[in-house]
Amino acid sequence: MGKKFKEKFAFTILALITMCVIIPALFIFSYIIYNGIGTISLEFIFGSPTKGMTEGGIFPAIIGTMSLIVGTIVFALPLGVGTAIYLVEYAKKNVLTKLISLAILNLAGVPSVVYGLFGLGLFVLLLGFGSSILSGSLTLSCLILPIIIKSSEAAIKSVPNIYREASLALGATKWQTIYKIVLPAAMPGIITGAILGIGRAAGETAAILLTVAAFFLPRLPDSIMDQAMVLSYHLYIISSQVPGMPDAIKNGTALVLLGVVGIFFFAATVIRIKYKLANRA
Amino acid sequence: MGDTEKAIYSKTTISHRKDLKRSNRLGEFLIEKTIFLIGTTAIIILGLIFYYLVSTGLNVFATVSVSEFFASIGWFPVSSNPKYGTVPLVVGSLMVTMGAILISVPIGIGSAIYISEVAPQKVRTVLKVIIEFLSAVPSVVLGFLGIVVLSNWVRITFSIPTGFTAFTGAILVSLMALPTIISISDDAIAAVPKDYRDASLALGATKWETIRYVLVPAASPGIIAAVMLGVGRAIGETMAVLMVTGNAAQIPDTMFTSVRTMTATIAAEMGDTVRNDTHYFALFAIGSMLLFMTTVINTIADYVVTRGKKGGR
Repeated sequence: MGKKFKEKFAFTILALITMCVIIPALFIFSYIIYNGIGTISLEFIFGSPTKGMTEGGIFPAIIGTMSLIVGTIVFALPLGVGTAIYLVEYAKKNVLTKLISLAILNLAGVPSVVYGLFGLGLFVLLLGFGSSILSGSLTLSCLILPIIIKSSEAAIKSVPNIYREASLALGATKWQTIYKIVLPAAMPGIITGAILGIGRAAGETAAILLTVAAFFLPRLPDSIMDQAMVLSYHLYIISSQVPGMPDAIKNGTALVLLGVVGIFFFAATVIRIKYKLANRA
Repeated sequence: MGDTEKAIYSKTTISHRKDLKRSNRLGEFLIEKTIFLIGTTAIIILGLIFYYLVSTGLNVFATVSVSEFFASIGWFPVSSNPKYGTVPLVVGSLMVTMGAILISVPIGIGSAIYISEVAPQKVRTVLKVIIEFLSAVPSVVLGFLGIVVLSNWVRITFSIPTGFTAFTGAILVSLMALPTIISISDDAIAAVPKDYRDASLALGATKWETIRYVLVPAASPGIIAAVMLGVGRAIGETMAVLMVTGNAAQIPDTMFTSVRTMTATIAAEMGDTVRNDTHYFALFAIGSMLLFMTTVINTIADYVVTRGKKGGR
């Protein structure tokens, strides 16, 4: 009895411990959805903020976030996939390769506010892009680069060698093989990584605080050199910087932000399940 | 590309083929070099980050002495007699991080064991999706919930004057460190060779004994790395901490007082600085300190994992 009882006891404790993670997580999702859903209306999504942001919608912030996402992926995807191709298909086992891996690993651990400082110093001030969507996109693309590299690397690695050998045996060059055979086969994994990176960029606040975000700008950005309101930053200021904001606006903004991030997350999850990819980038 | 392929398959003369090979070779050469350049992007970016932060941050020592910056306890950058002692900020960061780690390590490792070894397949999939989505929740959303829900709970439960404390921050940060710790520990446990499991069970050990005496010890390098990456995540966390820790740059007596972390200081004060004044440089210097801390932690974590892989098998 002792052994079996001990095992049952241990497993029960482990299940309870797991609940300590799952319950807060479910609480977070349900709280945001339950409290925010009442605010969501066409006017809230497609309207501009009025009366010092206490009324109206958050359309400029949504557009700001979307422009940042597009700008970020334009820079990060080619660089990330290119790096992954280099590491899997070309790199030799040498010091440089080891250094690249170490750099990627460390980039993934750099705090987002440090990326913000870096973006402020380099893109905003030194290169003179100012506080703009361009500066923000460049900063965010540095931030999500490790995510894209890692998932693309895993995807390219998982393409069976037989594909490459068959292609080379038919007379294709190395690049033709990579471009026509390896990349298409790795595409689901690469797309998953890109989507996860986008989701991360959409929710990021500290890195854009110093590089793009406008406190209150009730119009749409004109160009990539323009400042913009951004959902995540908007939630930050209305929930902690501006006193007397109506709860409805805060809850609604939180739900829209979580919704945007959630859409990307579930898109990535669906692709993963469909293609039976490894569970994480 | 299409033309070259057609050419390959059509009956070309030998000289044609030679031309083709030459142009292919040049193309391949250019592509290989381009890919190589792209491959070094990560090093270049990391190098630029280090160079830029450190070279800007070092300027602070033109006006502030090294001992004041690292060892004095007053952080009053905007007073008429400004003080730039970072000790309270470092202590604030360490308190929040340690609190978060004390909460998330036992919970994280326990959950990882449950998810990888105990839970039935279907439950396991659901749990994993929930935990991954938790990791996708933006930290500003957690900070928002920290303000509207958690800080009130902390204030009432512990009957203290304010709910904006290091403890509140630690709880939120633990929620952010948990997915990292769980998924990496889970991978480490799953990577233990099946032979170990089978051998232990064949010797008559129960499933729990196998987990406790075989799997966890075998996976320990991965679990240690998971904890370290969790620490790195916790130190670098900015928004949630900025929103709920009360932002008082003081040396706290307990977990239940307000603190201000290094990250929160940068985020809160950078907007008010003038470019190239002492305050601006001081914030870059704090950024450099953060950068060094996280780099050391991540590099050691990587070393532990690689060594574990080599030694363990």
